[in-house]
Amino acid sequence: MPLKTQPNLADPDAVYQLIVAAHHGLSADDSAALNARLVLLLANHIGDATVIQDAVRAATTSPPPPVRPSN
Amino acid sequence: MSDSSNPFAYRRAPSQDRREASHHPIVIAGAGPVGLVLALDLAKKGQRSVVLDKRTSLSDGSRAICWAKRTLEIMGRLGLADDLIAKGVTWKTGKVFHREAEVFAFDLLPEAGHQRPAFINLQQFYFEAACVAAAAKTDLIDLRWGHEMTGLDARPDGVRLTVTTPDGADDLTAGWLVATDGARSFVRQSLGLGFIGQTFDDQFLICDIKMKSARPTERWFWFDPPFNPGRSALLHRQADDVWRLDFQIGPDADRTEATKPENVAARVRAMLGPVDFTFEWISCYRFQCRRLEHFRHGRVVFAGDAAHQVSPFGARGGNSGVQDADNLGWKLDLVLRALAPEALIDSYAQERQQAADENILNSTRATDFIAPKGAGATRFRDAVLELAGTHPFARRLLNSGRLSLPATYDGSPLNTVDAFSPGAAPNVRPGAPAADAPDGIAPEGNAWLLPQLGDRFTVLAVAAPNAKLPTEFDSPPRSTNGGSINGVPVRWRTAHAPEALQRYGAVDGIAVYLIRPDQHIAARWRSFDGAEITHAIDRATARA
Ligand SMILES: Cc1cc2nc3c(=O)[nH]c(=O)nc-3n(C[C@H](O)[C@H](O)[C@H](O)COP(=O)(O)OP(=O)(O)OC[C@H]3O[C@@H](n4cnc5c(N)ncnc54)[C@H](O)[C@@H]3O)c2cc1C
Repeated sequence: MPLKTQPNLADPDAVYQLIVAAHHGLSADDSAALNARLVLLLANHIGDATVIQDAVRAATTSPPPPVRPSN
Repeated sequence: MSDSSNPFAYRRAPSQDRREASHHPIVIAGAGPVGLVLALDLAKKGQRSVVLDKRTSLSDGSRAICWAKRTLEIMGRLGLADDLIAKGVTWKTGKVFHREAEVFAFDLLPEAGHQRPAFINLQQFYFEAACVAAAAKTDLIDLRWGHEMTGLDARPDGVRLTVTTPDGADDLTAGWLVATDGARSFVRQSLGLGFIGQTFDDQFLICDIKMKSARPTERWFWFDPPFNPGRSALLHRQADDVWRLDFQIGPDADRTEATKPENVAARVRAMLGPVDFTFEWISCYRFQCRRLEHFRHGRVVFAGDAAHQVSPFGARGGNSGVQDADNLGWKLDLVLRALAPEALIDSYAQERQQAADENILNSTRATDFIAPKGAGATRFRDAVLELAGTHPFARRLLNSGRLSLPATYDGSPLNTVDAFSPGAAPNVRPGAPAADAPDGIAPEGNAWLLPQLGDRFTVLAVAAPNAKLPTEFDSPPRSTNGGSINGVPVRWRTAHAPEALQRYGAVDGIAVYLIRPDQHIAARWRSFDGAEITHAIDRATARA
């Protein structure tokens, strides 16, 4: 099964908020640690290496955020 | 110069008194475990070899301790396994700790019905000593200690070697040179060959201590223990109440400081508490995971550490080297007897390069997990450790070393297309090592299947006890040692035990296997067909 990149969440705002809320008040380090655990849990749930490979590719080739001119 | 009581003493070779270079069909350069096993295997097949080593004593120090089931099966074929197992300590359980808590335990041989254990731990010098003692019992092995190879001229039809001895130089020529001269291989350097792969920055302090302890014979591995914060440690029992301790000490640690006995003693006590012990050995290592691109260069063939190196997490170095020897012995034998073309030696290179890649992949992944490269990798490694306590899936991601298993030669040119339906008995597909099982008939005290196979090609019929077999397998099935197909010696064997039927996919009917002299499977069928067997033997000897 290819990676779904079309909308797939019944209530996208709620899911987004759920993830962000888990990071509330965390230091950058703790936040990164939380994300690592989350990625591993979700990867195991997906259970399909090709989907995960697609997701890795999609995440790494996302356009970088615009760079602010440094003046 | 010679000392007859020391088996490792330098002795003058008869050829040193002649002016002409003496010629030998096979010279093995290096009498480590791999060169010795190869010489023993060749001798078992009636082939002479000269084995050179620059040392004049048994190797010391803390190197290999874990010998895997497949190695024991190979040593069983050579008649040495029982002694090694008796001398070593047998184990199969590994435990992984995170900080102070046990997070995972694994069993490396959960299934019964195998002659050999998952692992024994035995100091490498005992393994070598057993081989040296066996080599002394045959005059087919000319083992020359104190003979250092110092010159090599490789030609298309053989090699010319200069050997330096305490009595001066000796010249030899050889039809085949097998380079088993270790990680710093002289042969590799003189051919100007480099390695492909990587080196790891992290350093590991290894010490062997002698102590009486009631601890279980298990492999214990710690991530981030209180006695080595942020790093790893390993504890493992060996023979003679000797224990292997291995501490990750980081890329920047000062080796001289780290290996001072008083500093090591402090680490030992932090790990084990106030124990009584003496040091057997202390050393500091960095590890590589890399191999030669090609294991064959004309008449020069590389095996063991000379051909490939891995980190020790997984015990894949010595064990895979022994499998190199197992793969090469019968091929050299058939080529020297002109029963197979030299292309058979190319199949050694192909099969063992593929095996080396598998070992390198496994040991690189383990080393990357134990010593993660960079902040991101460390983050994920720590996440696995944190999740492993409560979530079973994460225990499978924990990697303290994936312990040595034999390679399956998928895609080898020696394999005949599998006649089983896809997915049937996958563990014994063409290219795989034959599986052991209890032996249903067991005459002459031979209660296991694997010892019935090997040394020559074997046609094995696996079938229920009452199944009708072709006359080739007729009574008494075990005594038909004679026989050959197109000149290649072949024997016929049957297996009937329930475990054999299960493991070889013969529960619902007969299965016929062609098994190579190294006990790897060359072909398999659902029925017996003499022409198919002949064709498969031609293929497995690179003649077709
Ligand atoms: C800390 C540590 C732990 C390990 N643990 C394990 C383990 O648990 N299990 C495992 O399977 N493996 C383990 N290994 C790996 C194992 O020790 C090696 O893979 C193994 O020794 C390789 O055997 P070899 O015969 O290829 O080479 P070596 O054992 O290195 O033998 C090479 C021989 O060639 C000789 N030689 C070199 N140059 C010349 C020359 N010019 N002329 C003549 N002779 C020469 C040397 O004297 C030596 O005797 C470990 C290694 C280390 C460092």
